[in-house]
Amino acid sequence: MRDKLLAGAGALAAVLFVRNLYVMFMQIGDEVDQGAIYRIIYFHVPAFFTAGMCYIASMLASAYTLWKKDLRADAFAMSATEVGLAFAAVNLLTGMIWGRIIWGIWWAWDPRLTWALISWLVYFGYLGLRKAIDDPSERANISAVVNIFAFTSVAITWKAIVWWRTQHPAPVLSIRGADGKIDPAMEAMIYTNWIPLLLMATIFIAIRLRQERALRELDAMRRWAHST
Amino acid sequence: MVPVSVENVWKYFGDYPALREVNFTLESASCLALLGRNGAGKTTILRILAGLSTASKGEVKLPDRRRTAYLGHNIGIYDELSALENLKLFGRFYEVENPVSSASKWLERVSLAHVADAPAREFSRGMRQRLALARVFLHEPEMLLLDEPFTSLDDRAIALLQDLMREAKQRGASIILSTHQLREALELATKVVLLNRGQIAYCGPRTQAMVDDPAALYRDHGGEA
Amino acid sequence: MIRFLKLTMAVAGKDIRSEWRTKESLNASIAFSIVVLLLFSFAFDPASESTKEFAGGLLWLVFMFAGALIVNRSFARELPNDCLDVLIASPLPMAALFLGKAIACFTLLMVIELISLPVFGIFYDITWWNQPGWLMLILTMTTWAMSVVGTLFSALTVNLRLRELMLPMLLYPMLIPALMAAIQLTTVVLTTDPVGGDNYTWVKLLVGFDIIFTSLSLALVDFVLVR
Repeated sequence: MRDKLLAGAGALAAVLFVRNLYVMFMQIGDEVDQGAIYRIIYFHVPAFFTAGMCYIASMLASAYTLWKKDLRADAFAMSATEVGLAFAAVNLLTGMIWGRIIWGIWWAWDPRLTWALISWLVYFGYLGLRKAIDDPSERANISAVVNIFAFTSVAITWKAIVWWRTQHPAPVLSIRGADGKIDPAMEAMIYTNWIPLLLMATIFIAIRLRQERALRELDAMRRWAHST
Repeated sequence: MVPVSVENVWKYFGDYPALREVNFTLESASCLALLGRNGAGKTTILRILAGLSTASKGEVKLPDRRRTAYLGHNIGIYDELSALENLKLFGRFYEVENPVSSASKWLERVSLAHVADAPAREFSRGMRQRLALARVFLHEPEMLLLDEPFTSLDDRAIALLQDLMREAKQRGASIILSTHQLREALELATKVVLLNRGQIAYCGPRTQAMVDDPAALYRDHGGEA
Repeated sequence: MIRFLKLTMAVAGKDIRSEWRTKESLNASIAFSIVVLLLFSFAFDPASESTKEFAGGLLWLVFMFAGALIVNRSFARELPNDCLDVLIASPLPMAALFLGKAIACFTLLMVIELISLPVFGIFYDITWWNQPGWLMLILTMTTWAMSVVGTLFSALTVNLRLRELMLPMLLYPMLIPALMAAIQLTTVVLTTDPVGGDNYTWVKLLVGFDIIFTSLSLALVDFVLVR
């Protein structure tokens, strides 16, 4: 049943994705200043949204882990973080490619890009910490606390970076300025293309959860075997 | 009046139940010996009782924390502080009425008064162990939680600990200790709990037969010594 | 409440006294911060006028590096002889234990910072006492941010293998917002320009960071220590 549900979600994501590709290349025209490359925004921005959603979900799951001592919630928090990092990486890479073509540089200290990098570092620490703790219950407890700290810090960072960058305008035009000029059809496509990405994120998380459950069972069996 | 009760306690490490359905009670002025092999769950129970860990399921009732003392595998004193400073500090944490005079009194008792102001780092092994015992009994606890107390102590400290435990029992304190040293433990114990793979294999009063042949307990109730 | 404060100060006093007797991490981090100040002089021209523009950043990087040495010791200090177990088993509230340790870290960090500041002033020819009130305020608030987050993470990582590596990896990225504010404000404070306008936003951010993370730590410390 769960397999079929996942396969169904996957198929839906694929169909939507193909349809979106068709629309974004065949129906929506090039952007006036940037030409064809601007289409990267349809991946750059939804990936950013998806990463944000994953971080929020993972924070909520961590709070639940502490509250109920539920290891499944901990596995969910971990899976959501991993998937969030993957989408933050998509955001980073597409941002860099875009920056290289439009601004001529691989890395611009644009708020969104900087934020994605910092969130990467913060959550990378979270995942690294998990690897260093052997007992699953202790790991759940400790990493849930770190996750709540990580989310809080990343949320404050988001605000701080916007202030920082507005005080020191980068030598290049910022994406935020372009937002106002965006064509409604283009903006709609950003959201439409978010749906397949969210579906993909859900599928990845479900698969990771299954692996984690198997790992927990293995760990329990190993402990049982060693206790004789 | 039952000062200690452990009701249907489970403890999970991940999906592995390290303790399963553990139940026992202990009256005042009595001593319970927790027996079992390595990994049977003795330390896990003691850590839950001491508040170092929480039970996944079930309930634990204990006297007030201020009336409880815990001695783990290690001595738990600060090397950089002097003997007196160590005792004064823990006296403050346990809300002893007059930390300074109790500390001096206990230093006399464990024969460390002459080195009260020397840092614990400079002490010999035996002196450090006696200082640890003074730390445990400083606040006249009603409940003693001792994890393998005889394993790391030297002969003099063991003799002292046995004296102190007897005194505490006469005062009405309850004692829970986990141990391998069956003979020392069984002589003091009034009650025995044998753990096997996180479950209680035997729970009942200590009998003379156990003291005479400690290994029989393991033979009869699963798990060899 | 008074009892809570007394216990907190007992913990803080114990930590400061132990550190003062051995001076292990104190000496190491003072030496370390002076070495880093020296090394930076090779990376940038200390005589150039532009040094003043990144002076705030430089100073806080030094404090951060040195600070990791101090906070790392905070709970690690309890490891020999398993003192941490005794403290957790005692009636001492975990919040008092945490707060006491954070105060001890804060005190030690402030000592290091106040020793490094004149050295920094001499090496980079910077008059750092232009606005002493503001400077102290920023030092205090940012150092408290480092102490409180650092102490909690010290508790989190205390039982881990690779503790020394894990702590900075977790700590530095999380402190970024506080550091951004500290760097921004310190750069202003080192000049004679008054702190005002946009810079109040950064003061607010620092205050907010301190309040949020102090309350989060106090709320979550029980989960961290009782396993």
